[in-house]
Amino acid sequence: MINLRGKTKDLAAVDGRRRIGLDAVMTALSFVLLLVIVVTPISMIIYHAFFYQGQFSLDLLIDQFTRETTLSAMWNTIKIALLVTVFGTIVGVFYAWLLGRSNIPGKSLMRFLFTIPYMFPPFLGAMAWDLLLNGRSGYLNRWAIKTFGLSSAPFNINSIWGIVFVELSYYFPFVFMQVVSALERMDPTLEESARIAGARQGTVIRKITLPLVTPAISSGALLILISSLAHFGVPAILGFSQGIFTLPTRIYAVIARSGGSFDGIRQGAALSILLVAVVAIALWIQQRVIRSGGYDIIKGKSMRPTVINLRGARIPLFILALSTLVVIVLVPLVMIFLVALVKAYGLPLIPANFTLANYERIFTASGTIESIKNSMILSVSAGFITMILGTLVAYVVQKIRPKGSTLLEVMSVLPYSIPGTVLAIGVILAWSGSLGINLYNTLWIILVAYIARYLSFSMKTSSAALLQVHPSLEEAARTCGASHTESLKDITLPLIRPAMVSGFFLIFLPAMREVTTSVLLYGPYTRTLGVQIYSLRDAGMMPQASALGSVAIVLIVVVNTIVNALNQRRKGV
Amino acid sequence: MAYVRFENISFAYGDNQVLKNFSLSLEKNEIMCLVGPSGCGKTTLVRCLLGLNRPSEGEIWVGDTCMFSSKRRINVPAERRGIGIVFQDYAVWPHLTVKENIAYPMRKRKVPKQEIDRRVEDVLRLVRMSEYINHLPSQLSGGQQQRVAIARALMTSDDLIVMDEPITNLDAKLREQMLYEIRELQRNVGTTVFYITHDQRAALQLGDRIAIMDPKGDLIQLGSDEDIILRPKTRFVFEFIGVTNFLNLKRVDGQHKLDLGSTLAPWPGEVPQELRGGAVIDVGIRPNDIVFDSSSPVRGTVERAVFLGSEYEYFVRAGEKTLRIQQGSLDAGQSGIVREGSEVGLKFLNPYYYPAAREEAV
Repeated sequence: MINLRGKTKDLAAVDGRRRIGLDAVMTALSFVLLLVIVVTPISMIIYHAFFYQGQFSLDLLIDQFTRETTLSAMWNTIKIALLVTVFGTIVGVFYAWLLGRSNIPGKSLMRFLFTIPYMFPPFLGAMAWDLLLNGRSGYLNRWAIKTFGLSSAPFNINSIWGIVFVELSYYFPFVFMQVVSALERMDPTLEESARIAGARQGTVIRKITLPLVTPAISSGALLILISSLAHFGVPAILGFSQGIFTLPTRIYAVIARSGGSFDGIRQGAALSILLVAVVAIALWIQQRVIRSGGYDIIKGKSMRPTVINLRGARIPLFILALSTLVVIVLVPLVMIFLVALVKAYGLPLIPANFTLANYERIFTASGTIESIKNSMILSVSAGFITMILGTLVAYVVQKIRPKGSTLLEVMSVLPYSIPGTVLAIGVILAWSGSLGINLYNTLWIILVAYIARYLSFSMKTSSAALLQVHPSLEEAARTCGASHTESLKDITLPLIRPAMVSGFFLIFLPAMREVTTSVLLYGPYTRTLGVQIYSLRDAGMMPQASALGSVAIVLIVVVNTIVNALNQRRKGV
Repeated sequence: MAYVRFENISFAYGDNQVLKNFSLSLEKNEIMCLVGPSGCGKTTLVRCLLGLNRPSEGEIWVGDTCMFSSKRRINVPAERRGIGIVFQDYAVWPHLTVKENIAYPMRKRKVPKQEIDRRVEDVLRLVRMSEYINHLPSQLSGGQQQRVAIARALMTSDDLIVMDEPITNLDAKLREQMLYEIRELQRNVGTTVFYITHDQRAALQLGDRIAIMDPKGDLIQLGSDEDIILRPKTRFVFEFIGVTNFLNLKRVDGQHKLDLGSTLAPWPGEVPQELRGGAVIDVGIRPNDIVFDSSSPVRGTVERAVFLGSEYEYFVRAGEKTLRIQQGSLDAGQSGIVREGSEVGLKFLNPYYYPAAREEAV
């Protein structure tokens, strides 16, 4: 019989003088990569905001923070974010309850439709609403003026309220999805016992159901708040023409106006400090709320909750939900696709004015093809690299747990809490020569920003998967004769591969439609899809911008369908 | 020469010293059961043997190979120790079939494919899992997964297998069966088995020899089942191995009397020489070593009588103490079943004398 021990006479020599183990290599690699990718850009912003030519100086910060434009931008940012949060939460909770707990018809289909805005790029929505409700040239406004003989446009989307409305329609799914799943996982006996104890339906909702899903509501609401504070696309598209700025768009404007000069970037860095401070306060509140804890009574197991009979309100509420869907999903989509077909912006949207020339133009223009190619390269490579890096960091944090693993974890999720605009400035400051490496105007600089921005996605999915892999599985492989590397390759990696793949797509999809960071980082030959749409629109070529927008939508839908199909199949096994 | 030797092993997790100068030897082809309460360091010891933990001191030998030596700076890596292990949670790889799981140790040793196939079939027959060769672990029950884990351990090594609480996750009936099967398997293959458990009953059922660890991680007693049951070395072993009654003997005027709280009763037993000086002595008696004897001066009242099928269990109040007494159904039938509420005399057979726990603690 085979005996492993007999074969190795030099066993005594194997150990002792410990070679550098795989664990140590992975730990060191994680620290180095995170220092380079995450810590460097962030420290560069802080440095340049507080130091000028090697001297500590608060002049820049004081100058920027006391400007009227800065204060109004900050005020707008906070006002918009709070309004979006309040209304988004109300809409999200209302529809979560309606679709999760009532007997409204077509529930499961509607539930899917309500999550569509989640994957739709908000700046395309803003573009669509601008086409429809622009104060001067919006289709609906012009139609209303002509039909009712009004003297001025009845709607103006280029306003604070317009920005709030569009952001709202893309951010309420944060609350909607959280609350729907909480309602689903809630133990129905909790509500049933209240009914048995004599409480009315309305009382049960107020006193039992709502308090139980409060943790889900508040975590969704804070997600809206933080996303909206950092949001760039919608206010950029709707606010510029009316001089409405938020902090992220003000930062962009400052840098764009200076033509990318160092001075402009420094001013941007100073404003970034302010934006980060505002977001940090929101994050601090979020931490407090999360720590205050949820309830255990929401079980992981899915149960059949009691369904509430809407009786007479069933059909009116159904119509309300349907119209909401039409407004937030269908109208912008139709607008993009129709304007993409029209010969010139402003012509009536009737078949006589339709042409495929816009598509022909965008597909023959080298810049556009280039931008699709760039976005593809960036999304695939950012997805792939970040998936591997995130898994590496997750393995170190979850399995090796060296000293300082908490620091590692914080470093990997930090960039996601930092607005994309700010991250872009940090990346510019770090990688355009001042540290000896100049990536400016190359795809690399965008790639580095994407990796930092999306690292937390893959890190979180891989962490969750690794927690499921009990250490004894790897240890069993070791005792079976596998080296540490082999046990990783044969056991751990195959077990977390599905999570790694979904981590890839979690990065690929948002990277494909990204505009916030790339709009600050692109060079003449490195426009991304989002940047290209943005600049076509900026140049007044609405139909072509819409045509390219529709291409982006089709791409996103196709990839999403593939991902869902893959997920379905995996669950089937 | 013993087959597996732990020599003065010390191990600490940070400041928590788990093992201190621990030594133990296993003979070839025996089943050695290491028993101890949860958290006493059993698993740590196993992990040191497997090469998953690195002791701070000591030596570990398997056969004539030194696996670990702090002095000589030897630490054979886990993958080259060739020791089969069955973990408590089975650790059967969920993404591999039964065959792939079992073949893994062979594959890592570059054994030719035909040889692997032949051996997989052999070992599956041994654990009676042949028809599940292409199943995935998710399609198997807990007991079946455990058999796969045992088969895999046999593939890693056919001369030393470690089992760390292998049956704890199974239900009671299956536990009995698996114990029997492990015993049979060991007889057929002739492997040395190092079996770790906190369940003294499983250890008594399975082990050729039993080693008992106390909560501090020291080896207290090593011996056959008879040694452990009939000659428990310390009060800890005596209590650990089964249900016990503990009473105090108090020395009054040079005589030891049974302290029942409110009263003192005469103690007929012989106190061992070395304990005679103690003011208080603990005495331990098994429930089936107390018999009813109407002539005994120690009196009590039966508070509760429970019929358990093969035996009767009584809770008898004597003074301020409650004693647990077991009587075989056959004996009870012959001598008459004692009713609740009746007064009885108690006679103590086989008392075990220990220094008083209070004194021990000082």
